[in-house]
Amino acid sequence: MFTRIISISVKEFRQIFRDKRSLLIIFLLPVSLLALFGYAISIDVENIKLGVFDKDNSETSRKYLSSLDASSYFTITEHIRKDNDVNELLNNGKIYAAIVIPDNFEKEIQSDKNVKIQYIVDGVDASTAGIVQNYLLAATFQFNGKIVAEELSRKGLKSVSPLNAEMQFWYNKDLDSTLFFIPGLIAMILIIITVILTSISLVREKEFSTIEQIRISPVTSLQLILGKITPYLILSLIIAASILLMGGILFGVEVKGSYMDLFIGTVCYLLATLSMGVFISTIAESQQVAFQISQLISQLPTIILSGFIFPIESMPYFIQLLSNITPSKYFIIILRNILIKGTDLAVFIDQIYFLLIFAAIFIFISAIRIKREQMT
Amino acid sequence: MKSIEVKNLTKKFGDFISVNDISFDVYKGEIFGFLGANGAGKSTTIKMLCGILEPTSGDALVSGFSIDKDPESVKKNIGYMSQKFSLYGDLTVNENLNFFGGIYGLEGSILEKRKDWALKISGLENKGNILTSTLSVGFKQRLALGAAVMHEPKIVFLDEPTGGVDPVSRRKFWDLIHEISDKGMTVFVTTHYLDEAEFCNRIILINAGKLIASGSPAELKEEFIESTVLEIVCDDTIAVTELLSDEDYSQNVSVFGNSIHLILKKKYSENSEELDVIKRSISEKTGRQDNVKINIILPSLEDVFLNLLEKRE
Repeated sequence: MFTRIISISVKEFRQIFRDKRSLLIIFLLPVSLLALFGYAISIDVENIKLGVFDKDNSETSRKYLSSLDASSYFTITEHIRKDNDVNELLNNGKIYAAIVIPDNFEKEIQSDKNVKIQYIVDGVDASTAGIVQNYLLAATFQFNGKIVAEELSRKGLKSVSPLNAEMQFWYNKDLDSTLFFIPGLIAMILIIITVILTSISLVREKEFSTIEQIRISPVTSLQLILGKITPYLILSLIIAASILLMGGILFGVEVKGSYMDLFIGTVCYLLATLSMGVFISTIAESQQVAFQISQLISQLPTIILSGFIFPIESMPYFIQLLSNITPSKYFIIILRNILIKGTDLAVFIDQIYFLLIFAAIFIFISAIRIKREQMT
Repeated sequence: MKSIEVKNLTKKFGDFISVNDISFDVYKGEIFGFLGANGAGKSTTIKMLCGILEPTSGDALVSGFSIDKDPESVKKNIGYMSQKFSLYGDLTVNENLNFFGGIYGLEGSILEKRKDWALKISGLENKGNILTSTLSVGFKQRLALGAAVMHEPKIVFLDEPTGGVDPVSRRKFWDLIHEISDKGMTVFVTTHYLDEAEFCNRIILINAGKLIASGSPAELKEEFIESTVLEIVCDDTIAVTELLSDEDYSQNVSVFGNSIHLILKKKYSENSEELDVIKRSISEKTGRQDNVKINIILPSLEDVFLNLLEKRE
């Protein structure tokens, strides 16, 4: 029984290593994808370009503006003199937001009147605009507090702020969004590579009708699947390790949990994705079709449904249910736990079970389909 | 001893009857030819006998195991090779043999011994490290056969093994088949080439899923062609064939290259007057053509089959 599985695995390994160019792609592609996506995907807002139209040009208005400029979120790049310029600068994308300070700003503040500062924010990218809005509100709120305090002390009163929110961010202290995306990236790269490689390798046997010779031999369909999966499991574990290493070098990703847990989680995930690849090979008749189906089935759900970029909790209930179809969802939870939080296996044991069930179902269906193919 | 026993084997695909109630036996050590036109049901029958296709009804015992009830045991006792020579082009000769030995459970010193043997019979000794894709078709074909019989099966099925191979390689391949059969293996072979069928110990012919003739080549010739066969060599074979086919004495006329084979309705002794009459009649048809020769010949299998198939139509 094992001789047969090993023979298939050895043969597969030889074929993988014979084609040096594809082998290079297999190893270089994941690492370069990681670098590319890692740098590109980031929703941190920094150095937002501001244009200021300071009609008052008083001490208070300058103080207010310099408090904005001092933070790392904003940089004042343009000083606007005319109303029309606001339009033009925003249209050209030279600035992201414009601040218009009315002409009697200081005077009105001193006479305890309510002053309105106008912000015009580029709302095309809703999420960035939202973040900018929050930063600006917070900055204004802070400045308000300062004025109130000064005003009160001038009148001989002490300012009080009974509530004080003290924020601490755990796990991802600096709220670095790249760190948050890395687990999803690893999951996506691994699923694409493994699904494509296995499905294509099996369909190639169909195309060259070498599968016929295996079917007529005493090899069972389960032995065939296991023999085919094993080399790709080993190969993709090496790829996973190299991605992680690269993630450490480029983005400071570290393994906070145990390496053993990481290994177990990754093996379970790979078993699920590899069995998906085997399943695709039972429905595709040509390498080209297998490639396309593999890409569609692996990439799309991982990007949209797995919680990689968009939080699952904020999806409609139906879509939340749908998100269960991709093993990536579970692996991302496992990876975030191990890489960012450093929790142990017990916390994400359900995810491990799910991945194993997923793999078992796909292997079972594929084995039956391969057997049935023999019968027609 | 019976190696394969086929009993009322039938396979239907929907309304289409691919194999229609055929029965025959194959004996141990025989080279058994399985003949029929494309779509006659040859591949379907082979697939059923190899245990990868379930029969609709009927059964066959292959090496004593039922293809219907115990296809897994059938698989362990057979070898199979098709015209596609399912070898891996990106693997070397040795790696291919390792793989095919391995999937039949061979390992260690037995595997090495059998590999050496397979290399020897395919004429690739000391060439184990060559990439298979660089071999010529003839070598690939013999290597595929070597790989198919490495595990020393009791029966080997060859599905049109000589398709697309030059005559010299075909001849070498048949020498190899005889060698294998001498070792006691039963060889079950399908082919298009009727000259190859002459090499078989026994043959059966199927047409539209039905068995229409069986026996040794000599038996078939005797049984189905009881009458005299004349070979007529002439220039304009097509025209003469048309003229002859309407004659009372002709049963079947077919063109073989630059000659015509004419099967008469009766058996005539060589110097009989009746035969002379016929010969004169033929001479009239061929008219003034040069180099016309008329001879009595022994029928070939091709005569037998063309005669059989045309009778059916």
